[in-house]
Amino acid sequence: MGKFILRRLLLLIPILLGVTLLIFLFIRLLPGDPASAILGERATPEATERVRNALGLDRPLHEQYLEYLSGLARLDLGSSFLTNRDVVDDFLQRFPATVELTAAALLFALTLGIPLGMLTAKRRGSWMDSAGTVLSLVGISIPIFFLGLMLKWLFAIEVPILPDSGRISLIDYNIPRVTNLMTVDAALAGEWGGVVDALRHLILPGIALGTIPLAIIMRITRASVIDVLNEDYVRTANAKGLPSVIVDSRHVLRNALLPVVTVIGLQTGLLLGGAILTETIFGWGGVGKWIYDAVVNNDYQVIQSGVLLLALIFVLVNLAVDVSYAFLNPRIRYS
Amino acid sequence: MTAPAVTVGATVDERPVGLWTDAFRRMRRSPAAIIGGVIVGFFVLVAIFAPFLTSFDPARGNLADSYLPPGPDHWMGTNIQGQDVMARIIFGSRLTLGIAVLSVVIGVSVGAFFGALAGYFRGWVDAVIMRAVDVMLSIPGLLFAIGVVTWLGRGVVQIAIAIAVLNVPIFARLLRASLLSLREADYVTAARSVGVRGPTLLVRHLLPNAIGPLIVQATLALATAVVDAAALGFLGLGPPDPATPEWGMMLSDTYRYLNNAAYLAFFPGIAIVLSVLGFNLLGDGMREALDPKLRR
Repeated sequence: MGKFILRRLLLLIPILLGVTLLIFLFIRLLPGDPASAILGERATPEATERVRNALGLDRPLHEQYLEYLSGLARLDLGSSFLTNRDVVDDFLQRFPATVELTAAALLFALTLGIPLGMLTAKRRGSWMDSAGTVLSLVGISIPIFFLGLMLKWLFAIEVPILPDSGRISLIDYNIPRVTNLMTVDAALAGEWGGVVDALRHLILPGIALGTIPLAIIMRITRASVIDVLNEDYVRTANAKGLPSVIVDSRHVLRNALLPVVTVIGLQTGLLLGGAILTETIFGWGGVGKWIYDAVVNNDYQVIQSGVLLLALIFVLVNLAVDVSYAFLNPRIRYS
Repeated sequence: MTAPAVTVGATVDERPVGLWTDAFRRMRRSPAAIIGGVIVGFFVLVAIFAPFLTSFDPARGNLADSYLPPGPDHWMGTNIQGQDVMARIIFGSRLTLGIAVLSVVIGVSVGAFFGALAGYFRGWVDAVIMRAVDVMLSIPGLLFAIGVVTWLGRGVVQIAIAIAVLNVPIFARLLRASLLSLREADYVTAARSVGVRGPTLLVRHLLPNAIGPLIVQATLALATAVVDAAALGFLGLGPPDPATPEWGMMLSDTYRYLNNAAYLAFFPGIAIVLSVLGFNLLGDGMREALDPKLRR
């Protein structure tokens, strides 16, 4: 097991180096000089030269890359062109909000997706199965931003039962920020009404972001359960006269969930990308909204660092998923 | 076609059927593929005949007519500039389909080229290409596209390139995997044993048999491309001219007017959902029709 994790960690190094190199080359080689981006189009050549020098853009490319890497190792990714605030500080301050949102989305997707997948697999060919297939196909085909807009319109404007934006009602609650996870901070402050309010704010964005993963998890669970149902050990368990509840939970689901775990890792990429859209629609103060604002304002430093940091997180989540997969599946652990 | 279409125990009058004929026949029996095909066909027709379907200019608006709700003159209402929403959706289908097709064509060609190199030569070529693929796949898709567009600049071709970049590693990996599994197929061994070598083996025997999954994936990639293009437009990274009728751009900012002009978000959104659903249904239907495991 230790050897497996170590090997995976070593494999991670070239990939991470590749990601940094790719992003670095994008910044430096493609048109769109950061110096003119800072100064605007009407800058004098002298001023451009001064900024290029200050940013180290006039030095050889490999030196710039090493400089960039060493900055990365010190967690120094520069500062925003616009606000001059440290990019890593800004990222860390906003990231918990995105974690909270993606966790809500994933929770929604898993708690509905796994039972629905199991149900449609067991009733294969029934009207429920057909309905599930159609629903999951529609779910996959609705873009996050459209679903988000429609949810907001329906449940926050037409039938205003849920808040339309933000993470908590700021008028009612003044929660001291400790972890920047709003639900946790409210609980730490002992404001139970605030916890409920923060959870209510999570519902619409969580559903908007979680629907595509829900459809995918439902499909994978269904396919995987169907495979497992045909296994000899399930027939044996049924033949022994075990109650179907026990067969389903101990024999079927436990084996069928292995592919689902892998899919969760891949979903993180979708969730992090989708967070940009969801956070924009629901005014959610996370990393996604931060990157969107940077896009609107042409703040290159924030865009490139934001992309890099989220890519790092994506890679690390997939590592964690691989490792947990090895824990869950002895066939991998011992091979 | 070099598909091994010999049916063991076939009766004399039953002619062997090729993979494509068979696949097409089974697609006609799949409701998913038919509905998908009809939806896609509908949007293609709308794109082709756009000027005949509406009397409004999608880019010209009359400010006196801004924010008209759907009615007899403007079936889907007008936006803040007084432009007709329906005309913009109709003409927008050209842009959406164009970007989707262009991005998939670029993505498939470049991806398949590298995938073929990796699967055919193996060794260090394979190692280098596959590590590059790993790197590209480790950046979340939409973020990657945002990065590419911010660096390339805004524009229709730039958006297509950004989405193509997302597709390259997927197609490279797919073709490589098919080639590696096909190498061991009996008819490839047979071809090799009679002296077929090198490029002939690749072009005549390996590629035609690897192309099925590639076409299925390409159809599904069209669906993703429509969503990604719209997402970029929604985020304000669409074509620089705000008069351009692009579905995603039409949705952009609508979250500010939901309380009085929700139709501005509704109609373009439905167009996106329908076209994506069409490509997804078609792709799923094709996957089932082309899957040899499901052949009888």
